[in-house]
Amino acid sequence: MKALFSVAFAVAGRQLRRFFGNITFLAPAAFPVFFFAAFAGGLSRVGEVPRFEFAAGYTAFTFVWALLQAVAMGGAFTGFAIAGDFENGFARRFLIAAPNRGGIILGYVFASLVRTTFTGSLVFIVGILAGMEILGSGVDVFGLIGLALIVNVAATLFGCGVAMLLRTQQAGPLIQTPIFMLLFLAPVYVPLELLEGWLQTVAPLNPLTAIITTGRSFIAGDPTGVGAAFLTAVSLVAILLAWAYFGLRSAERSG
Amino acid sequence: MRTLRQPAMVIPSLIFPMMLLAVNAGGLTSATELPGFPADTYLDFAFAFPLMQSAMFGATLAGSEFARDIENGFLNRLALTPMSPAALLAGLLSGVVALALIQATVFLTVGLVIGVDIKSGILGVPVLVALSVLTSLGFGCLGTILALRTGSGEAVQSFFPLFFVGIFFSSISLPRNLLGGGWFEAVATVNPVSYLVEGMRSLVITGWDVQALALGFGFAVALFAIGLLGASVSMKTRMERT
Repeated sequence: MKALFSVAFAVAGRQLRRFFGNITFLAPAAFPVFFFAAFAGGLSRVGEVPRFEFAAGYTAFTFVWALLQAVAMGGAFTGFAIAGDFENGFARRFLIAAPNRGGIILGYVFASLVRTTFTGSLVFIVGILAGMEILGSGVDVFGLIGLALIVNVAATLFGCGVAMLLRTQQAGPLIQTPIFMLLFLAPVYVPLELLEGWLQTVAPLNPLTAIITTGRSFIAGDPTGVGAAFLTAVSLVAILLAWAYFGLRSAERSG
Repeated sequence: MRTLRQPAMVIPSLIFPMMLLAVNAGGLTSATELPGFPADTYLDFAFAFPLMQSAMFGATLAGSEFARDIENGFLNRLALTPMSPAALLAGLLSGVVALALIQATVFLTVGLVIGVDIKSGILGVPVLVALSVLTSLGFGCLGTILALRTGSGEAVQSFFPLFFVGIFFSSISLPRNLLGGGWFEAVATVNPVSYLVEGMRSLVITGWDVQALALGFGFAVALFAIGLLGASVSMKTRMERT
């Protein structure tokens, strides 16, 4: 256990020094902020559609999606960094030196969590500056933050698995595209009940739908589906942890 | 031709705009219930989106491919030949036109199959294609300027989000009178992309709206003229440097 954490802290420390040593660490926050501004500003009248019921208003409605996008993309960007470590040979040295290689995955997850706390806070600040109404209590907000952090861990593990499996930065689109697809195949603009056509069929099957819906209910101060959302998020982490280990074993085998 | 030989570069420019159209059409259908919404279905309303987005993709694609020529020294070798800069620019832009024609044909075919109703009828189709190609040419010139100025494919790619901002901060998702009257409406009103989108959209949801078409073609021609001028100057500077 001690070896696991010593490796994890070493990996996380190095990652964080690299993240914060370069202004591009803010990149995962740029797109969500942009989408948030575009949706909250350009689609605000969608909140007036009949049967659209969300007490906290359209800005808060779009904010939750933007926040989850920021944390998920934070995980994806960690995946890019891992692929970069394999390309420049650093990850191989890590593999040789680490007494417990599971610590490498844990270290990347720690680093991603710290990084996403920073970028997520930035999105939160932009949301508050944009006049977002938070009707939920402090506990509700913590619930939303908890969900966001679990989503970040899941996305990081996914990115980690792909990066360790392919060990090239060209894997970037393979990390980013599925995350983007899942985000857009959820109820982005309107609640699930107002979706139509094929999206109405697909969105309920998307694990992010339950998470986003509960996240929104936290902001609105009327938590619903909390158990299902956390169970979905934790299940994603469990599945993607296995995926990350699969990637790690593949990297080990490749030498 | 080089771009067309790389399906990995062309296919995303065909798939992503259609995917976003499908997602938006499914997600924003309820917006048609807003009083004053100008179209029967959101699919019709949003059909200008893939055409506009593909113009942006075209710009990035043309720019990054040309930047690669600069990076790997191909432009240097071309500069030693008697080829004139104008011919080189014309060649580059003819590639943009070819790609735009393919994209417009694919989008129109898929659109008609999935039920887009073009109110201007069969005669509106070539006009829609013409506006789409002209818009692509304008953005293609911008991509070329970026390539010539920076000489780096990565730098051209990094401008892609800026093009995306241009699309999303326009009247692409809702008509301007439904943007709420705040800062967003003001930004969308001064954003030329709104007029390009509204010109294309008018052919689909209204029929023959002379004002929207005049503004759409006017902005497209202006963008192309300014872009061409900028690209010519940049080409001259780059050739002198080479």
